[in-house]
Amino acid sequence: MTLNLTLLILMGVMFAVGIYLLLERSLTRVLLGIILISNGVNLLLLQTGGRAGDSPLVVDGDVDAPFFDPLPQALLLTAIVIAFALVSLMLALIYRSWVLARQDELSDDEEDRRVASQPIYDPEEDSEVPTETTEFAVEDLESSRLLNPRTGRDEDLPVASAHTPEDDGDGRPDHGTGR
Amino acid sequence: MVKAGVYLVARMAPGFHETALWMPTVLGVGLATMLVGAWRALRQTDIKLVLAYGTVSQLGFLVMINGLGTEDAALAGLAMLLAHGLFKAALFMVVGIIDHETGTRDLTRLSGLGRSQRALFWISAVSVASMAGLPPLFGFVAKEVVFESFYGYAEVHPGWGWVVTVGVVVASALTVAYSARFLWGAFGTKRRTTGEPLETTPFHAPAGVVFLAAPALLAAATVLLALWPAPVQRLIDPFVSLFHPVSEGAPGTYLALWHGLTPVLGLSVLAWGLGLGLFAVRERFGRLQQRTPAVFDAERGYRSSVKLLDVVAVWLTSVTQRGSLAWYLFIIIAVATGLVSGVLLFTAHQVPQSWIIAEQPLQLVLAVVIVAGAIGAVWAPKRFMAVLMVSLCGYGIAGLFALQGAPDLALTVLLVESIVLVVFVLALRNLPAGIWTQNPARFKIGRVVLGIGFGLAMMGALAVGMDSRVAVPISEEFPWMAYEVGQGANIVNVTLVDIRVWDTFGEITVLAVAATGVASLIFVKRRDARRRSLHEVPTGSVGRVLNEDNLTPRQAKEIRVARSFSTVAREAWLVAGRTVAPEHRSIIFEVVTRLMFHAIILLSLYLLLAGHNLPGGGFAGGLLAGLALTLRYLAGGRYELEAAVPFSASALMGWGLALACSTGLVSLLAGGHIFQSAMLDVDLPVFGEHHVGSAIMFDVGVYLVVVGLILDILRSLGSEIDVRSEMENRAAERGDPYHGHGLHSETTLGVAR
Repeated sequence: MTLNLTLLILMGVMFAVGIYLLLERSLTRVLLGIILISNGVNLLLLQTGGRAGDSPLVVDGDVDAPFFDPLPQALLLTAIVIAFALVSLMLALIYRSWVLARQDELSDDEEDRRVASQPIYDPEEDSEVPTETTEFAVEDLESSRLLNPRTGRDEDLPVASAHTPEDDGDGRPDHGTGR
Repeated sequence: MVKAGVYLVARMAPGFHETALWMPTVLGVGLATMLVGAWRALRQTDIKLVLAYGTVSQLGFLVMINGLGTEDAALAGLAMLLAHGLFKAALFMVVGIIDHETGTRDLTRLSGLGRSQRALFWISAVSVASMAGLPPLFGFVAKEVVFESFYGYAEVHPGWGWVVTVGVVVASALTVAYSARFLWGAFGTKRRTTGEPLETTPFHAPAGVVFLAAPALLAAATVLLALWPAPVQRLIDPFVSLFHPVSEGAPGTYLALWHGLTPVLGLSVLAWGLGLGLFAVRERFGRLQQRTPAVFDAERGYRSSVKLLDVVAVWLTSVTQRGSLAWYLFIIIAVATGLVSGVLLFTAHQVPQSWIIAEQPLQLVLAVVIVAGAIGAVWAPKRFMAVLMVSLCGYGIAGLFALQGAPDLALTVLLVESIVLVVFVLALRNLPAGIWTQNPARFKIGRVVLGIGFGLAMMGALAVGMDSRVAVPISEEFPWMAYEVGQGANIVNVTLVDIRVWDTFGEITVLAVAATGVASLIFVKRRDARRRSLHEVPTGSVGRVLNEDNLTPRQAKEIRVARSFSTVAREAWLVAGRTVAPEHRSIIFEVVTRLMFHAIILLSLYLLLAGHNLPGGGFAGGLLAGLALTLRYLAGGRYELEAAVPFSASALMGWGLALACSTGLVSLLAGGHIFQSAMLDVDLPVFGEHHVGSAIMFDVGVYLVVVGLILDILRSLGSEIDVRSEMENRAAERGDPYHGHGLHSETTLGVAR
């Protein structure tokens, strides 16, 4: 297909200026950048139709006339109207931002910045937890002596008297099953 | 849960075991897991961890056998899975009982339980023996078949087959050793260094019958299934039939306690011997393990990889997440530019051969205007000036569309640009006139470079893409399809309402959503609330200047003159014209609007109806009608707009969508495809004979949606903001510190005026 250098360069300019504005802080300029970028996209779609041609209107039943490709035109028409709706929505956003914060410029997100300055070591997540060898006892680390899991007391228990209903009053969950 | 992976391997083995990567992965990972897990199990002092690492080892074992993909292996894999479930579940329950009753799982503290807890000991002994693969237990039955599968595999595939078989036997020996270690650790009587036995660890309460029943049941099943494996065999057989024997005609194996004096039995005996030997020298072996560096310490590996992840994450976050949206966009666009240019530079493609400078000189002129507009938009220090510059680009592009042969596009762009200009002023009128309130352009050079880079990349991509077409474009067919099937001469319009009608249907839905978004951003609570009827509105009340102290003498004089005219009792040009404050009225504008409004609406209907054959259609027509409404609003204020359209914007859009949707459904109900168009010949007395396509109804739906969209925009960005500004001004008048804006002389509206 034949390239049209004017349209090609114009598309490049639209993208370049659009992106320059898009990266601004002023919301209005960001929106203008988006409009220019969508202009660039429109020019891109236009060029996919190739060289200029007749308006796509069939005259006297001649369907073989050298029409300008109708498909990109249909896509473009959709794109133009959608872009209009988008611009309106963004204008409403800008207005709301102005009403709420008296501000039409993008501000930095402080939360994001805090992440960068946080230490790698997080005591809650990264500290070494000593391995436990039981799920049922509170261990007195100094004496390394076993405690009765039901009373939490350090006592020698005769096997038979270990479990009485009143023992459960210490707030520990009752792990007893099937007894 | 942990066996979900094994299930997946077994599930996929029928289809995948012949692919190239399957065997090395399954056998390599499986064997490594089995050996490392067993080795680690021998180092644990917590009996639950002994079992847990044992499970890791067994999982490796199960993955290997289930992935082998032969008939024998399929049988062996599922049998081993069942055996493992039976003994491992029982053993974990035993550990639970011991922990619950003694308060510890540490094997250096547990002592003498073998003698004090006989029942628990025997349940464990049966399960542990099954784990070690001792007869007459189901673990033995399963492991025999597993060994047989590997042995058979090794005979057909010598080399790696033998490596795997030897590895499995070694790991089995380790399994025997940790099984023994578990039984000894949980139930054995330990001795002090002086030689005297430790006192028996007390049970807080005797383990009850029901407590013991669950593991006992599992242990019983282990014995029973070993003596009578037929039911298991029957269950597994359908799965086995998915596989082929390891070699053509090799006899399949079966589950049984006794297969005869085979080499496989020898392997089992070897594993027992080695394992028990290892257990016998456990103290020396333990010292050996202590000296061996823990290369395969998965836990340490996990911890260091998580730590590395933390470090990288924080570093990456600090580099990329600066909290600035512009910076994020910069990165995204830079990556896109890099990718596109990279592909363009480093791949082979055709360089475009034919090119022209422009279709005609006028194109060049328009291009210069557009570039000027773009540069002006960057340069403009005032908000409204920048908007005007961007509009200049838009109007220029409309011209380019017209020159290229796209009258529909040119028409639509012209209308859209006009409305956008109005909407911009309406939305931004309360904002400061200057664009900057603080720090203007930062990081300029980087943005210029990126913009130019991206523009060049897109130009390159388009130039290359244009020459890459290999097929005939589908749109070659569109002209005759539109003319003969769609019965319309305007190919673009028929494309929109017929050929690609789904696109358009989606688009008008988006329009309705966007309109709702705009309305909800402005109204916040509810829109279309009933306003006062027209005769209740006092004359000259809308937008009246309240605070006259700040006016210059000249402005004050102008207002006095304007107000003196407003009392004239004559029939108004516009129904709500009298409601507007006299200082904001323009009689000329009202007269022009009065004269033009109906003509424009008529023209918009013409565009709508003629669009099937001539430039126009629902979009252009709707936009033009919207422009007419805009005129009414600008000339006569918000009550004029209410009078012009007495129903809500959402109702318009809803009816539009419903109409468009129903044209699709009607054709479906009539027995055709959805959105299939139908023709109707109408012979009207005055208008003559006419073709009416059902597609016209779709276009009417589009028209209504577009009018609704613009009405919604006017009512929210126009009327509602008016109301709010007036309330603020009144508040400012009362001395309320709530932000007052006076005459907006410093704002975008002031500049626009």
